[in-house]
Amino acid sequence: MDNKEYLASERAQSWREELRKSKSNKERTQIKRVHMNELAPAYRITNKEEVNQGLTKEQAMTEASRCLDCPTPLCMTGCPVQINIPQFIKNIERGEILEAAKTLKETSALPAVCGRVCPQEKQCESKCFYTQKMGKDAVAIGYLERFAADYERESGQISVPEIKIHNGIKIAVVGSGPAGLAFAGDMAKYGYNVTVFEALHEIGGVLKYGIPEFRLPNTIVDVEINNLRKMGVEFITDCIIGRTLSYDDLHEMGYKGIFVASGAGLPRFMGIPGENLIGIMSSNEYLTRVNLMDAANPESDTPVIKGKHVAIIGGGNTAMDSVRTARRLGAERAMIIYRRSEEEMPARIEEIKHAKEEGVEFLTLYNPIKYIGDEKGKVKQMLLQKMELGEPDASGRRSPIAISGKTELINVDEVVVSVGVSPNPLIPNSIKGLQVSKWGTIIVDQDTMRSDIPDLYAGGDIVRGGATVILAMGDGRRAAASMHQALSGKA
Amino acid sequence: MNKIIKKEYFSEKVVKLVVEAPLIARSRKAGHFVIVRVGAKGERIPLTIASADKDKGTITLVVQAVGKSSSKLCALNEGDYITDVVGPLGQATHIEKVGTVVCCGGGVGVAPLLPIVEAFKKAGNRVITVLAARTKELIILEEQMKTNSDEVIIMTDDGSYGQKGLVTQGVEDVIKREKIDLCVTIGPAIMMKFVSLLTKKYNIPTVASLNTIMVDGTGMCGACRITVGGKTKFVCVDGPEFDAHQVDFDEMMMRLSSYKDME
Repeated sequence: MDNKEYLASERAQSWREELRKSKSNKERTQIKRVHMNELAPAYRITNKEEVNQGLTKEQAMTEASRCLDCPTPLCMTGCPVQINIPQFIKNIERGEILEAAKTLKETSALPAVCGRVCPQEKQCESKCFYTQKMGKDAVAIGYLERFAADYERESGQISVPEIKIHNGIKIAVVGSGPAGLAFAGDMAKYGYNVTVFEALHEIGGVLKYGIPEFRLPNTIVDVEINNLRKMGVEFITDCIIGRTLSYDDLHEMGYKGIFVASGAGLPRFMGIPGENLIGIMSSNEYLTRVNLMDAANPESDTPVIKGKHVAIIGGGNTAMDSVRTARRLGAERAMIIYRRSEEEMPARIEEIKHAKEEGVEFLTLYNPIKYIGDEKGKVKQMLLQKMELGEPDASGRRSPIAISGKTELINVDEVVVSVGVSPNPLIPNSIKGLQVSKWGTIIVDQDTMRSDIPDLYAGGDIVRGGATVILAMGDGRRAAASMHQALSGKA
Repeated sequence: MNKIIKKEYFSEKVVKLVVEAPLIARSRKAGHFVIVRVGAKGERIPLTIASADKDKGTITLVVQAVGKSSSKLCALNEGDYITDVVGPLGQATHIEKVGTVVCCGGGVGVAPLLPIVEAFKKAGNRVITVLAARTKELIILEEQMKTNSDEVIIMTDDGSYGQKGLVTQGVEDVIKREKIDLCVTIGPAIMMKFVSLLTKKYNIPTVASLNTIMVDGTGMCGACRITVGGKTKFVCVDGPEFDAHQVDFDEMMMRLSSYKDME
């Protein structure tokens, strides 16, 4: 049975049919999209509590009833991991929330995470019938995903996916971020003995060091990790593949397949004068100090600068995470400096909205060209170049052009540079014969995620150079499927 | 978790720790470092590996209690566990036969200098080691250096041991006396800066091993960035050793003070 037939047979189940008949499409489309319950901005900037509070069961069931259960669910074409979206939403509509959670877990190793951090408005929700054909707000697929995952967790009845009989084959995963975790989950389901090697002292990769607590609480990540542990996945921290253990060591230890998901590395800087002054750092450094090292907590040994006038350079999600963190650490003036206009910003609309509610200033069409320090070398001012938009560039966005002679000097005591990262060079440098692009990413076959070294697969930012959690997870799943195929074909 | 097998005091504030870390002991080379963390709320700090024993599966760290985190580490005893030790990190020292090498170390920089002295000697070089400290009690590893060097020169600021004077004087005496092909320097940034200025004057290629602020140590955060020859470099992945004549030591010293008023 191929995927299409499978979806059709699921849709033909009597309970789905009955549910479809229970309400007319007209009735369904009259219902307004649910609003996410949120903490008030004035309160939330005083702490690191999660901003989005989730839906109540009633809200979720009503929202689920908006879904028309389309015969050809367009939403699924927008999901990198092909979640059976109508099936999980219809389970919510009929009140079978645990069933909905099970449906999610068939294809997604981390539904509670994806429900929070996926850019649904650009993926599943952008393909929803409501968006495509009716010009209305999409079904809140992301909110519903989060609701089902949270409900299951809070019910204490977390289901552990069924595991095929252990085949005794050892598989190594390099990195415990979203790509590594998704891969590990699938391989465990197929019956492999999976070991995940993590360089840091914590499991979770970017989910722990990068994404702040107010957007993705660590406890939620830990629950998903524990779920993988229950499936038999083993985690080893403080172990750097290519350093502590070599690729050859992994072979000697009996690993038959290796999935490299070592993530993004080297933060990019702009190379402008004064960029190495005290108080100027990458978003990786800033967020790692606050998230992974808990530096804002007085009990933590790791320090962090708590600036009063903080500028974040960049317009992506990481920039939004950084600026909102700065606000929570007491910045009176927290600014986004972005060289294009708000329309071109890569950050999610929700993050921009939340940042604005929290009093973040948006200095768009500005680009820093110079930093000025005090006598101790601490940054005190930045010189901004005013920009305007020209013709579309290679990215399809209108390119920013400097307006000559128009500059502005503003006071800052902390600057976070969030203009992207390059792939981590540790693995590519340590494996002989591994093909790497000129950007330092590992070259793999797009469908199988296999590199030119037959037992080495890779995915996530080490292949993409910087993308989203869900794309990384999609890579992990594809790599697992093709590695499983390769290994079982040999057997 | 890594067990401390042996602890020895070199001086009141300088401690030698032999730590169980079999995988690191096996793969480390001269010049490599580890990141260490003490306690659940501990900071991640870089420490150069002073030596290792593959058979016993141990590495040796020499730690000077200067700040909160290094003091915490120094306060641990034999049998205690270090919460995290990860590595080996950084690029290994480039070792080859060049002729005569002057290795000069100051303070706690002497510890990471030892494996480099050993390696250059083993590669067939004539090795002259210059050790410097404020006073006699702070001179460490003298015996081990003597075993691995053709000559050891001791310099103390107060003249309580060896010759009175700074490390640069010791090095300059050697330069004036014979042809030097390479200089390696490890120690406080200010010391390396002046060694570098001296050897530049005489056109002697010089390598400095830098110790900067780091968080992850694997190339992710950029806290360790410095300027070398006008370009930004990351000490953790590009270093820790660089052409000393190209390093902007003033900027490095400034950056080292980033969190000084917070401790």
